[in-house]
Amino acid sequence: MIEGDKAKDVIEVEHLTKRFGDFTAVDDISFEVHRGEIFGFLGANGAGKTTAMRMLTGLSLPTSGRGTVAGFDITTEPEQIKRHIGYMSQRFALYGDLTVKDNMDLFAGIYGVPRREIGSRIDSLLDRLDLMHEKNSRVRDLPQGWKQKLAFSVSIIHRPEIVFLDEPTGGVDPAARRQFWELIYEAVDEGITVFVTTHYMDEAEYCDRISMMVDGRIEALDSPSALKRAYGASSVAEVFDILARGAARTE
Amino acid sequence: MKEFFAFVRKEFLHIFRDVRTLLVLVGLPTVLIVLFGFAISTEIRNVNVGMCTQDDDTAITRLMEKVDRSEYFTYVGRYDSGADVDEAMRRGEIDAALIFSDDFSAGLMRPGGSEIAVIADATNPNNASMEVMYLSSIVSDYFREDLETAMMSMPQASSSGQVVPNLRMLYNPQLKSSYNFVPGIMGLILLLICALMTSVSIVREKETGSMEVLLVSPVKPISIVFAKMIPYFVISCVVLINILLLTIFVLKVPIAGSFFWMILVSVIYIILSLGIGMLVSTLVKTQIIATLICGMIFMVPVMMLSGMLYPIESMPEPFQWLAQVVPAKWFIEAIRKIMIEGVPVRYVLKEIAVLTLMATVIFAVAVKKFNDRLD
Amino acid sequence: MDSIVIDSLRKSFHEDLPPAVDMRSVITIPKGELFGIIGPDGAGKTTLFRMLATLIRPDSGTASVEGLDIVRDYRKIRTMIGYMPGKFSLYSDLSVRENLEFFASVFGKDIEANYSLIENIYCRLRPFEKRKAGRLSGGMKQKLALCCSLIHSPSVLFLDEPTTGVDPSSRRELWENLGELRTSGMTIVVSTAYMDEAGRCDRVAMMKSGRFLAVDSPADIISGFGARLLAVRSDEMFRLLHDLRSLPFVRKCYTFGDMHHVILNDDADLSAQAGYGSDAAAIASILENRGHSGVVVKDVEASLEDCYMNLEEK
Repeated sequence: MIEGDKAKDVIEVEHLTKRFGDFTAVDDISFEVHRGEIFGFLGANGAGKTTAMRMLTGLSLPTSGRGTVAGFDITTEPEQIKRHIGYMSQRFALYGDLTVKDNMDLFAGIYGVPRREIGSRIDSLLDRLDLMHEKNSRVRDLPQGWKQKLAFSVSIIHRPEIVFLDEPTGGVDPAARRQFWELIYEAVDEGITVFVTTHYMDEAEYCDRISMMVDGRIEALDSPSALKRAYGASSVAEVFDILARGAARTE
Repeated sequence: MKEFFAFVRKEFLHIFRDVRTLLVLVGLPTVLIVLFGFAISTEIRNVNVGMCTQDDDTAITRLMEKVDRSEYFTYVGRYDSGADVDEAMRRGEIDAALIFSDDFSAGLMRPGGSEIAVIADATNPNNASMEVMYLSSIVSDYFREDLETAMMSMPQASSSGQVVPNLRMLYNPQLKSSYNFVPGIMGLILLLICALMTSVSIVREKETGSMEVLLVSPVKPISIVFAKMIPYFVISCVVLINILLLTIFVLKVPIAGSFFWMILVSVIYIILSLGIGMLVSTLVKTQIIATLICGMIFMVPVMMLSGMLYPIESMPEPFQWLAQVVPAKWFIEAIRKIMIEGVPVRYVLKEIAVLTLMATVIFAVAVKKFNDRLD
Repeated sequence: MDSIVIDSLRKSFHEDLPPAVDMRSVITIPKGELFGIIGPDGAGKTTLFRMLATLIRPDSGTASVEGLDIVRDYRKIRTMIGYMPGKFSLYSDLSVRENLEFFASVFGKDIEANYSLIENIYCRLRPFEKRKAGRLSGGMKQKLALCCSLIHSPSVLFLDEPTTGVDPSSRRELWENLGELRTSGMTIVVSTAYMDEAGRCDRVAMMKSGRFLAVDSPADIISGFGARLLAVRSDEMFRLLHDLRSLPFVRKCYTFGDMHHVILNDDADLSAQAGYGSDAAAIASILENRGHSGVVVKDVEASLEDCYMNLEEK
């Protein structure tokens, strides 16, 4: 983390574009994510969310446009970005055949948490998740909801400036989903910025601001309440419907 | 029947959509044949030979000239002592040497005889044993001729009557290695295509979940599996013809025996391999395990225990027993007999019977094991 | 006539684990019903579907589909049901059209014979007929899979989480399609992890730990909620959550979209105690005293999700 450099925005993106051949997956998007907010990144399947996320997390280079994430340039410093962000996806969370503690050790090591701090951080995480008694169980034996909470905690074990959550709550019990969001709130309280994609529209309501992507472009970006007002809708789900109905692209 | 052909058509579509795999399947045998035929040869060539003797003996000189004339050996020079020979071998100057006992020619006529030591660098044991074999055959050839000359001049010497072995290499007079590996490659490739590809393609449907949908349909699940075998059977036949053409026209190995029986044996072996593939697919759930089983558990025995690379007769006894249950062993043996030795079919009936029995048993087990539910 | 009868069905995969499905009563699903099963991952939905689709056999108990036993008459059942597993199950290297043709011929049918049944769904896919199924979006894939499971005109349709990973608009379209199918008299059993979708079903079963905890129409489930529910919001939602939970008369509080839902203790009577016109006004005043701004408190109707979350407490 860069000392002293506490810019207002954790992500700044201008005219970001990604083309595959003659297909424009992400079409000239510009936006900022403010420090300490929960930013919901919404869009239909195939709208370009995944491609945009890949560029922001340093996994793929933009065709044109520029941007910074956590103070690092996405075109020239992707390796630095990877070190300063957290990432959690529903598809890959943790190694099921390793124990809870092994997984924490591993990811703390991968993200360069100083060796002398690893032990205490793991203990405080286990404490907070109330998983101390399960620390030597294999991750695959845990219930799905716990796994996801654990995966989230591990993704912020190195205290990144921003954490990217890619559909973190798919297929989870409604109660477990809420516990998960409380963890997100806690992380935000500690100053971590959260960038999240979800198909649950009630979760979109928890965000400070949300963006709606349609056909590779950001069609709307504002707080949930402002969006609902602007579109005369009673819920974010309705806003989503109004915007997605105009979509030409079905990838 | 219409349903069945819809399946077959679908399988062909899968195969032709995956051009890379198809190219590997058809290209691999071609590459293997060319590699084994020209680059990786088990024949020995350009072997440097040294010699060690204490006296100037014309018989020895003539013998070394004969060694030098052979296509395998080059005579490098004479060394004064065993230690010098050793030194030269270490330096890599020579690969093999002949060491003659003192007073060599004269000793030949004495009852105790003379001695020749044949020494070879056994860092590569296969080459060494072949070098020793070739060298001894040249030596004995030489003395047979020499003895005949000697007997004519001194008839009484025949009473000392040495028996000189008369070595002849049958069927493969030039000791060409291609005669040995062509049946081996056929055994390997056909198993690869049939067992590996069928099992992977069935297991893929389990992995992606489409098997669930197919099971919940009026189609008899077993016919799903048979439909999968047909395209691979066709590809195997194409590959078989490809191998045979390459063998005959590129490697110039003549097919000595009946073409018909050779094809028939191959078809039995193909069916057997398809059965193995199906059996594997009923036992495993993931493509990676199917690949590992076919690749490791079936390929390794084909390479090691089928007589393709190493003769079965020289293996420890337990391995010889093990070799009896390796289908490729029987296939390779049958093909060798028909293709290289050109024997009439009655001499390969045993192999054909064993292969047919194996195919029947494996199919029976596979069909019995095949589950038309998920549990 | 009953299309599906489930009687004490039980299936366990491992001795040490609780059974995946453990139905303790008789459930009947009449012909032509749109029956929803809601529950999270691991509730036993997939196992139940696989048993009904004759893919696995129960350890004990029986079930019948269209009057046929799922173990004994499994071959006959397979000719009359459509089944769409949760995992994407089409051939990604075949085109949209080729997939449909293949699945039609598996059932010995051609596309034309039952085209009217899938017309409304397939018309959206028609422009992409030549595209490989693997290159469709999540929503399109599910629509194609639905077409493939319908092309033989089954009398019972089993859909295992057809909307998981599908965006909200495609999800709504898929449910509209199911609504249209129901009018043709087909029995449809569908599972989902999205509580909001279940409201579209004739009857809903709430499934947890291998059992149906409640089976009823969405309206009856909601009217049976039986607790007082308030929705609360303020400008600091996270602090609000903790503050609400610390109140003695609050039984439970959880996030719910842009509001928090609060369930009051049955005996709580705030309005009388503090002299406010309503419980809502009382809570609003308490929160404002704790420094919350922008406070909104209102009485709300319970939703299926509220019902699900409070199932165990009954």
